[in-house]
Amino acid sequence: MARVTAPVPYTDGSTREQAAWSALASVPDPELPAISIVDLGIVREVSLAADGGLVVALTPTYSGCPATAVIRADVEAALTTAGLSPFRIETRLAPAWSTDWISKQGRARLADYRIVTPGPAGEQEGAQSVLHFHPRPLACPHCASRRTERLAAFGSTACKALHRCLDCGEPFEHFKPL
Amino acid sequence: MTTLTSIRLRDTPALRHVLRYGDTALIHAQRLTEWCGHGPVLEEDIAFSNMGLDLLGQARSLLAHAAVIDGQDFDADALAFLRDEAQFFNFTLAEQPSRRSSAHSPGADFADMVLRNFILASWFKQGYAALQASADAGLAAIAAKSLKEVRYHQQHNAGWVVRLGDGTPESTRRMHAALDRAWPYVAELFSHDAVDDWAQASRHGPARAGLGVGWDRDVDDVFAEAGLVRPPGTPFISTGSQGVHSEHLGFILAEMQMLPRRHPGARW
Repeated sequence: MARVTAPVPYTDGSTREQAAWSALASVPDPELPAISIVDLGIVREVSLAADGGLVVALTPTYSGCPATAVIRADVEAALTTAGLSPFRIETRLAPAWSTDWISKQGRARLADYRIVTPGPAGEQEGAQSVLHFHPRPLACPHCASRRTERLAAFGSTACKALHRCLDCGEPFEHFKPL
Repeated sequence: MTTLTSIRLRDTPALRHVLRYGDTALIHAQRLTEWCGHGPVLEEDIAFSNMGLDLLGQARSLLAHAAVIDGQDFDADALAFLRDEAQFFNFTLAEQPSRRSSAHSPGADFADMVLRNFILASWFKQGYAALQASADAGLAAIAAKSLKEVRYHQQHNAGWVVRLGDGTPESTRRMHAALDRAWPYVAELFSHDAVDDWAQASRHGPARAGLGVGWDRDVDDVFAEAGLVRPPGTPFISTGSQGVHSEHLGFILAEMQMLPRRHPGARW
């Protein structure tokens, strides 16, 4: 697997935290192995506690995402391998995760895997009508045709919908804005 | 063989308030997952399972939060698997049978589950939106996260309420029958009791009655499009949120709790 070099948000530049960020950038999302958990935006903070231990704050994507426990175990393994013990992993619910937090690099990687990236999360929220029969057709990530249709609002994972192209016939997934 | 004995939570309005949301999410999730492998088409089978998973995740967060409020060192699993029926505070609608093949559901079918999902998602949307302002920061955080998920549930099921309600004569007949079956249990979603008084006074959450305005707006829009008319109200108010349940919850708990009670700590 290609190693993802992630941007380093939320650090004060201290080396132990930097090392943690780069260790975390090597942890792929179990259900979207194309991108790292850092690019997915679920690592919210890396800091040093008063006792010198690292504190890593993770946030879940969807409440019921079955990958959450696996991600936690993978993070433990990555930090241990990088020699960063002792550390503590915290779950942080607020603010709630949004697809807006997926990095530019993460979006590029999703696009490489022919997964249509989410638009702004505001498109899902707010005052739109409860009835939503004709979502704007997405451009096919294989042939760029706009003649596409949605097959299933809930796809292989809660975060994705399944679509297909009516021109090239290929199915593709859409990462839904949340 | 050890069999775990039931746990008993403290009986406080704060706890009942959280469990009203958490237990409704849990029992509704259990009913939704009963459809796994039985949906009329694969896409909707997967959709029900996905929505069930979202709700189960919400329930886990809410039950873990309830365990902290209770303060007896229980966790979310203990609350789900070791409480007896009278300690559950879900709405009675959520526990109603959801599939035709159930021995206790003479007529329930896909239309029932679509409609129930729409009714409850519309209620959760109002409830979670209001809970975002809760004085309980932990509860507010869970609500803000869950709100995003139930919006998708509401939208998806609203589409199906219209498709079935305004579809073929057969789908219309079945959606009308589902509406007649569900409607007696809707009044409870907006009824008022001491827990609502407590929530409002302590700024922990909305009184249920206040959620009706937004819910009515969404439901009336969709019903108009679906050609559905609300059945007349009756004086009956179901009592699941008081811990007094219909005969169906016991069967759900038997299935849901048997394994962890019989084989404590079982893993796979």
